[in-house]
Amino acid sequence: MGLDVTWAERWVRRAAEAVETAKDELTELDRQIGDGDHGENMHRGFQAVLAKLDGAPVEAGAPVGSVLKVVATTLMSSVGGAAGPLYGTAFLRASKVAERETLDPSALVAMLEAALEGITSRGKATTGEKTMVDAWQPAVDAAAAAADGGADCVGVLRAAAEAADAGAAATTPLVATKGRASYLGERSAGHEDPGARSTALLLGAALAAALTDEVPSA
Amino acid sequence: MKKLIDDPATAVEDSLAGFGLAHADLVEVHTAPIYVTRAGGAVEGKVGLVSGGGSGHEPLHAGFVGEGMLDAAVPGPVFTSPTPDQIVPAILAADGGAGVLTIVKNYTGDVLNFETAVELVEAEGTQVASVLVNDDVAVEDSLYTAGRRGVAGTVAVEKIAGAAAARGDDLGAVTEVAGRVVANVRSMGVALTACTVPHVGRPSFDLGDDELEIGIGIHGEPGRHRIPIAGASEITRQLLEPVADDLRLSSGERVLLFVNGMGGTPLSELYVVYGRARRLLEERGVQVSRSLVGNYVTSLEMQGASVTVLRLDDELEALWDAPVHTPALHW
Repeated sequence: MGLDVTWAERWVRRAAEAVETAKDELTELDRQIGDGDHGENMHRGFQAVLAKLDGAPVEAGAPVGSVLKVVATTLMSSVGGAAGPLYGTAFLRASKVAERETLDPSALVAMLEAALEGITSRGKATTGEKTMVDAWQPAVDAAAAAADGGADCVGVLRAAAEAADAGAAATTPLVATKGRASYLGERSAGHEDPGARSTALLLGAALAAALTDEVPSA
Repeated sequence: MKKLIDDPATAVEDSLAGFGLAHADLVEVHTAPIYVTRAGGAVEGKVGLVSGGGSGHEPLHAGFVGEGMLDAAVPGPVFTSPTPDQIVPAILAADGGAGVLTIVKNYTGDVLNFETAVELVEAEGTQVASVLVNDDVAVEDSLYTAGRRGVAGTVAVEKIAGAAAARGDDLGAVTEVAGRVVANVRSMGVALTACTVPHVGRPSFDLGDDELEIGIGIHGEPGRHRIPIAGASEITRQLLEPVADDLRLSSGERVLLFVNGMGGTPLSELYVVYGRARRLLEERGVQVSRSLVGNYVTSLEMQGASVTVLRLDDELEALWDAPVHTPALHW
């Protein structure tokens, strides 16, 4: 089964729910090694995305990328900080690759790769710097491996979500060399990176959206 | 959490509304999207100056909008960079036909959002230059960090570039002067307490009653390291020495000494620090020819201070002295 625009909408709604539920957790992670605004910023951004989607319902048969583009521009104009431009660019690049009615496994992998490329080209981080890239890169690698191994879209998303979750957890011992946490030097070690955690939440939502047709109630 | 706000969700807008009314002769506050401009609009033929960043540092930046300094300021949510949606109209409103200089503090969010906005306005034909402020010596500028932060030195950049624009310099010349200030200004800060962001509701880091945080930024993030409580002389030495060393100040040079309050420290204490810092500079044979003391780049209610030193020459000194008429600085 390919992923269509209704999956994309479910993904976004589940992502909004996930960042709302995790708002305090993300805030606390960011309080430890940053300025404490990541939870609030992500929540505000996705609430703005929901408002946009509620105002302009998705049409059946529309390209998957059309929803992702709404996410991109809305996050860019409502999140602020570094997360706004980085996630905004990620979703924008993803939307351009997802200009079709359904995504098969290889198109899904290409979409995830484009999102990652958007983040690394804007933010200039590589793996090991204790950023969201430490969740995105393993997710993309796992997604590509799963697709090569013949997995369907759910299998690809599961691989991506699990790798992102593990990648986020693996940021804990790292010393940050990018972003606000890098000002703390060695003191940034011992705390999970909030941007990597929010990435894991977003990719977990993508998987959840593919497992069921249900949409979280408002 | 005790704060003089109503709802954390509207605190920034409420504050800006009050600010706009209090200083209606100097500024205009725009909403949806939020940005602040000079009352009366852009000055035709003058280079426009725009800066911005998270709220929570008042008076930076909106308090510096007015004659002789900024033409527009863009406030984001507390400690969060504003978005291109806000920065673009601010740049356009500041453009008097001679181009715009954006003064960007070196934080990933500020840099990315300003970059995006500048790309957008340049695509429509506006001429824009940018200068990056990175005066904080607490962070090493290396491959292993996001680079040095822009902190209290930003005030010197905005004031001096503002004066250059006011006297009619073109965009290239204003940018050059701003760059010269950046190259010659350094800062370092200390916190006695953390601050509490309204929507977070708890202090930004956990500091014991007998501890100080050295090498802080202005967003409530933890600093480089913690030291046991010490007197002002010792603390000032730990701030001033890295600044003076990094600037390679030598005997016979002339400087601006700026002691900035983080928001929660009494003015009397800032003056104690100033006196200690001044003496340390004079012991190095450095002459303090200009001074500034007060809360200019704050971190909400954080108790603490930063010491900023700007190496002066005749031109920078004259530009510092030039008239300025903004809510926060006026002479």
